[in-house]
Amino acid sequence: MEQQITIEPVTRIEGHAKISLFLNDSGQVADARFQVTQIRGFEKFVEGRPFFEMPSLTARTCGICPVSHELASAKACDQLLAVTIPETAKNLRRLLNWGQLIQSHALSFFYLSAPDLLLGMDHPPETRHFLGIAAQDPQFARDGIRLRQFGQQVIERLAGRRIHPSWVVPGGVNTPLSEETRTDLLNDIPEVKNLALSHLQRFKQSLEQYQEYIEHFACFPSLYLALTNDANTLEHYDGRLRIIDQQGTLLKDSSSPTEYASWIGEAIEPWSYLKFPYYVPHGYPDGMYRVGPLARLNIAARCGTELADRELDAFRALQAGPIQSSFHYHYARLIEILYAVEMIENLLSDPAITDQRVRATAGVNNTEAVGMMEAPRGTLIHHYKVSNDGLIQWANLIIATGHNNLAMHRGILQAAQRYLGHGELHEGLLNRIEAVIRAFDPCLACSTHAVGHMPLDVQLIGPDGTRLKHIRR
Amino acid sequence: MTAAQILTLTIDGKHVSGLAHETLLQVALENDIAIPTLCCLEGLSNQGSCRLCMVEIAGTTKPQPACVTLIQEGMVVITQSENLRTYRRTIIELLFSERNHICAVCVANEHCELQTLARDLGVDHISFPGRYPALPVDASHDRFVLDHNRCILCTRCVRVCAEIEGAHTWDIQGRGIRSLITADFNSPWGQSTTCTSCGKCVQVCPTGALFEKGRSVAEMLKKRPSLPYLVSNRTREQQ
Repeated sequence: MEQQITIEPVTRIEGHAKISLFLNDSGQVADARFQVTQIRGFEKFVEGRPFFEMPSLTARTCGICPVSHELASAKACDQLLAVTIPETAKNLRRLLNWGQLIQSHALSFFYLSAPDLLLGMDHPPETRHFLGIAAQDPQFARDGIRLRQFGQQVIERLAGRRIHPSWVVPGGVNTPLSEETRTDLLNDIPEVKNLALSHLQRFKQSLEQYQEYIEHFACFPSLYLALTNDANTLEHYDGRLRIIDQQGTLLKDSSSPTEYASWIGEAIEPWSYLKFPYYVPHGYPDGMYRVGPLARLNIAARCGTELADRELDAFRALQAGPIQSSFHYHYARLIEILYAVEMIENLLSDPAITDQRVRATAGVNNTEAVGMMEAPRGTLIHHYKVSNDGLIQWANLIIATGHNNLAMHRGILQAAQRYLGHGELHEGLLNRIEAVIRAFDPCLACSTHAVGHMPLDVQLIGPDGTRLKHIRR
Repeated sequence: MTAAQILTLTIDGKHVSGLAHETLLQVALENDIAIPTLCCLEGLSNQGSCRLCMVEIAGTTKPQPACVTLIQEGMVVITQSENLRTYRRTIIELLFSERNHICAVCVANEHCELQTLARDLGVDHISFPGRYPALPVDASHDRFVLDHNRCILCTRCVRVCAEIEGAHTWDIQGRGIRSLITADFNSPWGQSTTCTSCGKCVQVCPTGALFEKGRSVAEMLKKRPSLPYLVSNRTREQQ
């Protein structure tokens, strides 16, 4: 008898999604689909708009990482102007980006994933959320809130508001940093650095108890894609696009941003609005790659800051070659938070950060440009073509979550084969599949360019195509 | 030269006086009585098209636009009533629903008269379905941009160009809902042979419909030229 269990709404992921699991004749999970069920169409409706609007317009894709879109867009617009922006403007944009990285990573780890880790995958869903954490371990919750608050305050103090600031403009930023703000932010550094360090230590000490999840949460070899710089250190704002294979061997080091289109393909499946980017030389779907904190730490030779480099050494000791388990996205996120705090301190310690020259002005000097940067979830690409008057004629956005689409599918299949198909489908098992998705910290709202909160459906489909079970929440 | 005739009237219960050639709006402003306006701008002719300055006059059944109604002896005028507020809110809502006014990503965000009026009048939602017309942006001019999506057809640009600059580059093409601001005979602005690139139209535009090229979101702060000063100087020169 068909059983339907409705669990609604799904919490702790960003966007709308549905999972379908397909069984073979022997009742084993043979295939999995992670279906993203709505579209927003940014690429289309930006057509005809002046490119000076693009940083703020594309920022509306997301309320969590608007800064990423602003920066990728502004970098593309800088190229349309054909200007080199002032060094201070570049560093201010970097500060803004690290503020966002801290708040987004803190949201992912402390708010969205910690309930699974601290309370347990089988903890009753009624209290398996951030408030449940706050009840059980109030200090942990307070620390998570404080770290996120610091990241948000970096954004607010630099750019005037926490969400959708219009401070980043083509050619730079529109106001310099005041000495007062520099001092205020520097005063907060010791506290947040301690918080970042202590929660990293706590997570490392707890790793042993997550061994089961480390081995089955999207744990497989894949390619990795991220930006890297000449020093081969962790890079979030600038640099070249690099892809490595499962052994860590360099496959491609792109010299020109516009080159991406020749080796990143975007496959389309009729059942999802989220495209499937792949590495073209390996074909679809074999060209699966991962982006984000895990990919960045797998690609960079070192972080470039003292404390984060020490932590990176410990991270690398987990496994020879690139770290394969997507569970370690959590670990990588915590290292990146520490790195971001150290880098914010470094940049703010240089008085040149308050230089008043923060914007280059020009007209349209190029009609095609690509802006790339590392969003919290991975590489973000904005590609524009404009008319001679500077009106957008065509736009292509490749969002971090999109890059991870193939790997998320594979991860869901791996977890479903581990946890389902042997009997009753129950909530705790379902939550393990969700937890795989959460490890990637997907932003479906961004990646389909969707809105709203996220009903997640899981369907179990028999070999004849009939729906055996359906869990929705 | 005859002395100007002085008339007395009552506005919102306040006894006021003005010259016979003055409008209700002028006398109200002289007496610190605020009446919302949009198409009106000091120094330009008044056309009474936006209808935001409608006031109630005792003895008449219909509200009248204060910017084009001359004062009369003994008039009793009300500038604020629930009916008038409803009319004004409705006008603002209709303006928003007519074109694509996306304040959050507009160059004039936080510096827009339409937005300010909406805020002042408590317009927190639009009860009419949006028309979302597909309208072009004319960025052909070297220094300025015309975005029809943000235009409310107040015609300040048309009037300032014709009456102050004397170029009369701008005009209205089409009729009714299909009306559009147009340069010369429907030329791209950058190809206009009459435009002097003085920028007055940009500075008097109440919204983000006309703006300086290179301005990003919320950066278009309009610097209103003192039009009466320009008029006065030019009149003196002509004499």
